Amino acid sequence: MPTLIRNRVLATLVVMAAAAAFWMAFVALAPNRLMHGTGIGLTDLMQGWRGVIVVPMLLLCIGIFMRPTWRTNLMVALAGSLLVVALVWLAGDEATRLSAAEPKLSRVSLGGAFWVLLVVLGLAVVDALQRAGLGALWQVVVGAAIVALVVGLVASGELDQLSLLKEYANRQDVFHTALLRHLQIVGATVVPTLVIGVPLGWALFRTERFAPAAFAILNMIQTVPSIALFGLLIAPLALLAATVPWLGQLGVGGIGLAPAVIALTLYALLPIVRSTVAGLGQVPRSVIEAAAGMGLTPRQIFWKVQAPIALPLLLSGIRITTVQTIGLAVVAALIGAGGLGSIMFQGLLSSALDLVLLGVLPVVAMAVTVDAVFRFMTLMVDRSH
Amino acid sequence: MIELQHVSKAFGRTKAIDDLSLTVRQGEFIVLIGSSGCGKSTTLRMMNRLVEHDSGRILFEGQEIRGFKPQDIRRRMGYVIQSVGLFPHWTVERNIATVPELLQWPRPRIRDRVTELLQLLDLDPALFRGRYPHQLSGGQQQRVGVARALAGDPEVLLMDEPFGALDPLTRLALQKELARIHIVSGKTIVLVTHDIDEALHLATRVVLLDHGRLVQSGTPLQILAHPASEFVTDFVGRSEVGIKLLGLQTVASRVRRNESGEGAPVADSLTLREALSVFVTRQVERLAVVDGDGQAIGCLHLSDLVKSRE
Repeated sequence: MPTLIRNRVLATLVVMAAAAAFWMAFVALAPNRLMHGTGIGLTDLMQGWRGVIVVPMLLLCIGIFMRPTWRTNLMVALAGSLLVVALVWLAGDEATRLSAAEPKLSRVSLGGAFWVLLVVLGLAVVDALQRAGLGALWQVVVGAAIVALVVGLVASGELDQLSLLKEYANRQDVFHTALLRHLQIVGATVVPTLVIGVPLGWALFRTERFAPAAFAILNMIQTVPSIALFGLLIAPLALLAATVPWLGQLGVGGIGLAPAVIALTLYALLPIVRSTVAGLGQVPRSVIEAAAGMGLTPRQIFWKVQAPIALPLLLSGIRITTVQTIGLAVVAALIGAGGLGSIMFQGLLSSALDLVLLGVLPVVAMAVTVDAVFRFMTLMVDRSH
Repeated sequence: MIELQHVSKAFGRTKAIDDLSLTVRQGEFIVLIGSSGCGKSTTLRMMNRLVEHDSGRILFEGQEIRGFKPQDIRRRMGYVIQSVGLFPHWTVERNIATVPELLQWPRPRIRDRVTELLQLLDLDPALFRGRYPHQLSGGQQQRVGVARALAGDPEVLLMDEPFGALDPLTRLALQKELARIHIVSGKTIVLVTHDIDEALHLATRVVLLDHGRLVQSGTPLQILAHPASEFVTDFVGRSEVGIKLLGLQTVASRVRRNESGEGAPVADSLTLREALSVFVTRQVERLAVVDGDGQAIGCLHLSDLVKSRE
């Protein structure tokens, strides 16, 4: 009955969500943190007044068959957002109920169905917002609202019995140090990258002769696997620290923060330099000629004309660089730089899946946040197009 | 106002300007014309120092232009180019306000000036002030371009093929606008074009260049009636010289005031060229003529086009 279905994307997503809800575990109960648990499906959880969450589910299903008006799309977006928050709460609530009944060491983890539903519902919300004609700005607003509600749930202690938060509670100090260190690595990479990359891009734009060679080098660096690059820096930096003692005292050495930041900066340079050159190249020659002809000085032409026109592209370059650095900084834990990667690797080595998640989830959250913030800034800056 | 004395300029080995002398007087509308590569744009761009001359002297208000800072001289000369070059990230208002802001005029004065210029160029200030360049048509963009060049109340307006990229109708409208602005403002204008009709229509003096040298300088009538060489005749279009001469005069100059004609009348402000077209399409030899108010003032004979009766 293809004529009945008015929104094929939503139909597909709802079918996927239903499949996950019926055949995958929503939460899993394990006797301790290292053992695999037995799955509990979403359908088993909906006893009593928890059944209320059927309401947003039904709204989503109805959305498939309704005329795709502005109102329908808004309803789908709202139902999807509510459902995300409700599912998080449901998982926490179930964990609280189970841990009251089970032995002290038992753990309740989030199952496959939970993650699939999260992704599928997220897609449904974004799609509905786009269909309603609400652009990137509203996607950021709705995303922020969902995150705020989930953070509120975490803060209220509602989710404390989930294995993920138990891991957090056990390693609070380590986690906070790692989080701070991760931010430190990202900051120590992005700032020097900007300081070097933007002027370098400007210079390459001015002297077109050197651009191909410079980009060849930067491209080559990108092809070196990150672990190899970290490893390559150990020997020269160790030597440097040994020969120049005051550098060693400052913390420069074969392992630790210094090689991590150097390697990450080398990776980060390419997107920054490329977006600077592309941004400046975007300024039409006629605009520069007109500016010069009206009596703007070269400095005024740069600050009033070239820089503002290039800024949106430069911002998207910074966005890509920062997101990339947040991800790559995880690997830096392998050479003793610390950061959230150390928690993740600890989890991998002890096969404690929730500990891995404790390391990975903040990285994902950080990347998504930075991405949203920069997209928003680009939107604000780029009003003329 | 601007004086070029034995100016030469070479780009690498090719000589772009060769011993050119030219004086632009206050209030003149000079049109520099020639085929591409003749040096007309270079000549214009030497005047505001976008191109530096190699030898000779260029004077502005009696002083050598090398004595000014390039920015100062450019702020005293409006500059309009074919590709307009509006700042895409600024509104129409800010675009027009560019030079007044550089000159640090007070805000209210800048605002009034923008309003005044938008009106002068037939753009509704309320509608266009806040728009961005990409929201304008090509013709509207060039109107803003001209307004922006006039904003700082420059002593001279330099225009490099300003209407070259516009469709014929828009071009004609802007040419008329520019002719009107020249009359009401009395500004000195130097315009570069390769379109002989544009030159004859706008110029008080046409300057024809070839291979960086001045070939002839004179009023449109002088250029058509007394070409200095075969090259000039070829350039204005040998077979059309007569037609173009007719384009320089209006019906009012040949009308017989004591006679009356029949049929639908024509306005006395029509050029003789347009009148000829009416004769041919209507297949008549006499036309009734009315003045701007629609009052009948006489009759025009086909033979009057060939020879004035005085």
